[in-house]
Amino acid sequence: MRRLLLSASAAWLVAGALFAQEAPRLTGPEPFNKETPAPPMQRQVTDDFRRKRNYPDQPPLIPHSIEGYALDLNANKCLACHARKFTEQSQAPMISVTHYQDREGNTLGGVSPRRYSCLACHVPQTGAQPLVPNTFVDMDALVEREPRGR
Amino acid sequence: MAAIARAWSWFWLNPWVRTATRPPVTLSLAFLTLGGFVAGVLFWGGFNTVLEHTNTETFCTSCHEMRANVFEELKGTIHYTNRSGIRATCPDCHVPHQWTDKIARKMQASKEVWGHIFGSIDTRDKFLNLRHRLAEHEWARMKANDSLECRNCHSAQSMDVSKQNPRAAAAHEKDLFTGKKTCIDCHKGIAHKLPNMQGVPGWQ
Repeated sequence: MRRLLLSASAAWLVAGALFAQEAPRLTGPEPFNKETPAPPMQRQVTDDFRRKRNYPDQPPLIPHSIEGYALDLNANKCLACHARKFTEQSQAPMISVTHYQDREGNTLGGVSPRRYSCLACHVPQTGAQPLVPNTFVDMDALVEREPRGR
Repeated sequence: MAAIARAWSWFWLNPWVRTATRPPVTLSLAFLTLGGFVAGVLFWGGFNTVLEHTNTETFCTSCHEMRANVFEELKGTIHYTNRSGIRATCPDCHVPHQWTDKIARKMQASKEVWGHIFGSIDTRDKFLNLRHRLAEHEWARMKANDSLECRNCHSAQSMDVSKQNPRAAAAHEKDLFTGKKTCIDCHKGIAHKLPNMQGVPGWQ
């Protein structure tokens, strides 16, 4: 009995090693501890051209460079253009009215603290190609595909 | 009156002064003029060498107040490393290049030597507490001299707005070219981190 158990577990180990070799690598270099050159830095999209939102409540993307912009407890460079009181001189879109409300929907005098860190939701884009193809379908395209009733 | 007369005679009867005011007895006129010329060259050369030495990044970052705070923050900004390999070192932005202005700034900087000796910002906390005041000094200086240190390298004349993105071009055409604003009015905190900007115009 004991011998059987031993040989069975040995066979299991060998089989495991064999299967592991045949399994496709999910990520990383081979061997895994080899250093590979970093991929080149991608250029930021800085054309100031507003991108369509993929769904109505998507945070709008940032179509300009934000390199070196201060965003910490002391200073918020984004608000120096996008805050309500600076939008006339900067001609930048004002941050959404939801950013002047607390979570209960009460209107506040200034930017809500929970909306202060802009880059938590709004991000600039680069020219990088996606590593995995994206199968996202716009809601409107989905609706158009439906056959009309009646 | 008598005191002044006494001081006057004490001065002129002083043996050093008597020697200095009497015509030379053994030294030739040629030796004195040429020697004076050489001594002048040595003095002026030495003065300028020391002045230039205090105008280098190595000198500025030789004290830890600068090295551990503002110099660390400069690293990683575009004025430290960039695609064209040009660096704006500390004095490029903080010391005027023209001689008179430079000497005036150097005399002001003696306050910084005082601060170093008595350790007014010798810890990070002390520095952060004073940062707003120190930044206000720099903004005031650059506002007063129309951002002279920026214009050491950048100028409105050599700025090609067609190479800028539309946003930057519009802002420069509206405010810089019309003289309404100077560089530092908008470009604060481009080389170092910012202090608390509450109450600073244009920030919130």
